[in-house]
Amino acid sequence: MPKIQIPTPLRQYAGKEPAVEVKAATVGEALYGLVARHPELRRHLYTDDGKLRAFVNVYLNDEDVRYLQKEATAVKETDSISIVPSIAGGSAQR
Amino acid sequence: MSTNTEVKPETATLSNDEILRYSRHLIMPEVGMEGQLKLKAARVLCIGAGGLGSPLALYLGAAGVGTLGLVDFDVVDYTNLQRQIIHTTADVGRKKLDSAADKLKAINPLINVRPFDTRLSSDNALELFRDFDIIVDGTDNFPTRYLVNDACVLTGKPNVYGSIFRFEGQASVFATEQGPCYRCLYPEPPPPGLVPSCAEGGVLGILPGLVGVIQATEAIKLVLGKGEPLIGRLLLVDALAMKFRELKLRKNPDCPVCGTHPTITKLIDYNEFCGIRGEEAPVEAGVPEIQVEELKRRLDAGEDVFVLDVREPHEYQICNIGGHLIPLGDLPKRVHELDSSREIVAHCRSGTRSAKAVNFLRQAGFRKVRNLSGGILAWADRVDPKMPKY
Repeated sequence: MPKIQIPTPLRQYAGKEPAVEVKAATVGEALYGLVARHPELRRHLYTDDGKLRAFVNVYLNDEDVRYLQKEATAVKETDSISIVPSIAGGSAQR
Repeated sequence: MSTNTEVKPETATLSNDEILRYSRHLIMPEVGMEGQLKLKAARVLCIGAGGLGSPLALYLGAAGVGTLGLVDFDVVDYTNLQRQIIHTTADVGRKKLDSAADKLKAINPLINVRPFDTRLSSDNALELFRDFDIIVDGTDNFPTRYLVNDACVLTGKPNVYGSIFRFEGQASVFATEQGPCYRCLYPEPPPPGLVPSCAEGGVLGILPGLVGVIQATEAIKLVLGKGEPLIGRLLLVDALAMKFRELKLRKNPDCPVCGTHPTITKLIDYNEFCGIRGEEAPVEAGVPEIQVEELKRRLDAGEDVFVLDVREPHEYQICNIGGHLIPLGDLPKRVHELDSSREIVAHCRSGTRSAKAVNFLRQAGFRKVRNLSGGILAWADRVDPKMPKY
């Protein structure tokens, strides 16, 4: 099954798991399966009207899905999907 | 890969002292005399002298970057020392800028350190950047990251980027002529509160070392014009798994600042852009509060007050006031453990998370719930001075 890599800042909403395997044929299905399993993640990944948030980047292996077929991009069993959110830390003052 | 940032050595030469100091550079063909002269002529500006800024400034200074600018307005405190290795215990209370400049001069008195005791802003960024060839972003917040990126694009300076969270880091080189910028990757910042901050999340002390040294390496490669810079690539560092992964980045033709039809042609209000109003705007305004002295008095008097601690279990181990522990993230599914007829005082470390808890509980129908103002830190300051602070 394709594996979704969960970045550290979002793991607290995903049962603290670093990666989740989801049965899916497309990137969109995989993410849908992920939030179905971890509903708390939904508001971190999707806007209220169901669009992927602009600060959440989704990669299929090393390619940004925005430059493939976005959420319709087909995934293979061996593929790795990464969620890459923006992080700002540098000196951890705030 | 050739970039426009490669510094052209002017008529400068190296003194005998410099030749001795840089001999391990001079005998390697990738640097040599030509490269060392480029380093001497280079002007690199480090934004922030904190976790990332410490290692990268130390290495850039040691390597002989001729002009090293530092921008910082902060003061060294004890919690910095776990990772900000340019500062020592004796520097606590000093300006980070003075502390860092002293160390750099001690390591390499032959370079020119230019300290800027200021907070980088839309008013000063363009002017500051103009005198430098390369900008290294070692900041810790979204508004400054977007400001650094936009100012780099507008002044045509490469932005050597690094960012960290807990044990994960990112690094790249943005805003070169051909390459993508930070906004190509992240057109918009996350709304405040949606991504936990480092103060909430913590950071492994060596991680800024790892990422800061990657930034220093990239800055030096840009100066030398050698190797393959991290342009169009985002390096992801996972220190826990010790895995380095690389993602492809593309220049976005629709990018609002570096695209073909930019809509951002001057610096904007980055706090507003990132949804932050005012300097230390409280995330949850207007929740009912109780002061630590009043809580102490009422607990001592044996009154029925239920203390709810919404921190994480590992924080509870550091210090606690005997509250019932339900981490903020678990509150929705454990709310049945609470009795809405009792008076509840929620607390966390400083009062931010517990304010969210109070809001949540009020929306869930709890009427007698208040936030402990200033959290357990205020308790340690004003009630129990023996309590450790973290």
